[in-house]
Amino acid sequence: MPEGIVGLVRRTPYVTMATGSLVQPTSRVLTSIAGIHLAEFDAMSGGFKYLEGGPFMGPDDLIVDDVEARSSHLHAGSIVDFGIKWRVTGVVESGKFSRMFADLKPLQEKYSSTGKVSVIWVKVDHQATVQSVIEALKQELPEYQIWSVEQYTSLISANNIPLLKNFTAVVIGIGVVIGFLVVFLSMYTAVLERTREIGILKALGASPGYVLGILLRETVLLAVVGILSGILMTYGSRALLNALYPTFVTEIAYDWWPIAAVIALIAALIGAIYPGLKAARQDAIEALSYD
Amino acid sequence: MIEIHDLKKIYRVGEVDVNALRGVDLSVKRGEFVCVVGPSGSGKSTLFHILGGLTPPTSGEIHIDGRDLLKMTDAERTNLRKRTVGFVFQKYNLLPTLTAEENIEIARDIAGRKQEKDPGFDEVIKLLGIEGRLHHKPRALSGGEQQRVAIARSIVNHPAILLADEPTGNLDSENSQIVLSLLRDLNRRTGQTILMITHDLDAASYGDRIVRMRDGRIVE
Repeated sequence: MPEGIVGLVRRTPYVTMATGSLVQPTSRVLTSIAGIHLAEFDAMSGGFKYLEGGPFMGPDDLIVDDVEARSSHLHAGSIVDFGIKWRVTGVVESGKFSRMFADLKPLQEKYSSTGKVSVIWVKVDHQATVQSVIEALKQELPEYQIWSVEQYTSLISANNIPLLKNFTAVVIGIGVVIGFLVVFLSMYTAVLERTREIGILKALGASPGYVLGILLRETVLLAVVGILSGILMTYGSRALLNALYPTFVTEIAYDWWPIAAVIALIAALIGAIYPGLKAARQDAIEALSYD
Repeated sequence: MIEIHDLKKIYRVGEVDVNALRGVDLSVKRGEFVCVVGPSGSGKSTLFHILGGLTPPTSGEIHIDGRDLLKMTDAERTNLRKRTVGFVFQKYNLLPTLTAEENIEIARDIAGRKQEKDPGFDEVIKLLGIEGRLHHKPRALSGGEQQRVAIARSIVNHPAILLADEPTGNLDSENSQIVLSLLRDLNRRTGQTILMITHDLDAASYGDRIVRMRDGRIVE
């Protein structure tokens, strides 16, 4: 959109601040540089917190956040090449809607977007006036999308990506079914392999109840150890992902722990009881001759 | 102790009836060491499986310690195996994940005697020469040692009869001699009634009496 609109927005009642920003995709996939007017951006966002170096001074300067710096091994003074070369002047704390920032004017010129911005950030005098400002801007600029920050952040959440929720549900469903089958079949095979041992117990006078009791105790113990190992491996996987892909956001779904535990326990019990019951009821002579 | 009269056992294999026992008569006194010899398929193992309550007979009479095996339910035969009969198998049949001591203890546990003290049993362990091997798992024991542990397990609940099915079948001659001498000592010292199946006539000579089987009958 034309940068001139920023002035129009600033003149809207209750608006205390407005600044334009250009989101410029780079030659690297899923990477963009936000072109900002540093003084206005600082005033509006509360300012960058520099962990290394300082703000940009020249047209080729770039500020990166700590996540980007970690994943791309960047420091103040590093050169980044996106077809156009940039010099990193500072590393800042993440959380300002972009991983990389450059001065608005040079960025517009380098990417042939002179006088253009992608987003205009607006600050109003009070929370209560947000809605009326949105209404006023919608009337003034009917061809543009206007959102409150709450609406904007909800738009970029995973739930708003078409079909992603369904895709996630299918992946979880497949995971649950495969998990159930793996535990069930492992226990089934493990108990089947012990048919001869069950035959020995029967020859010693063990009743089907005694045999099943032993199997159940062992199965529950194995399942509990498996569940605890699974939980520990969750943390291990997260540490590994964070080390390999620092920009990858991982979240541990604690509400899945009891569900996964119940699935593992039920699958293990069904997997153990079925062949166990068969073996416990089987003729002891046949069970003893099982190899 | 054991009274068997006209004992018959018919197996059904597919659609064919197999007459495994065709009328066995046998009487064993308390404290006797009887060896049963005969070729493969003569019905020795079937007779042992019936005596041990592992399979029910088809017809005839069979009494152990006054109890009629023909009228026993599955649960009663399971109880018979707990205390009245002890087994020693050719393949030892020890539980591989348990130590020698645990293998013996599980037999006591199954019989519901885990808490009972049995100081006399230490003597039996010494007699069998396995007191130093009790904390080893079967894979760390020789065949002879495994069979001696199996013998200890079979008599831990003081059964009325010890049934040994080819106990030296997997052993070399030296270990066979040791195991057979131990069975004879056990019989002499503790008065344990023993019935032993064997192919080997030398092994059978360790018993008080030899019974020959052929085609599902006792021939002499």
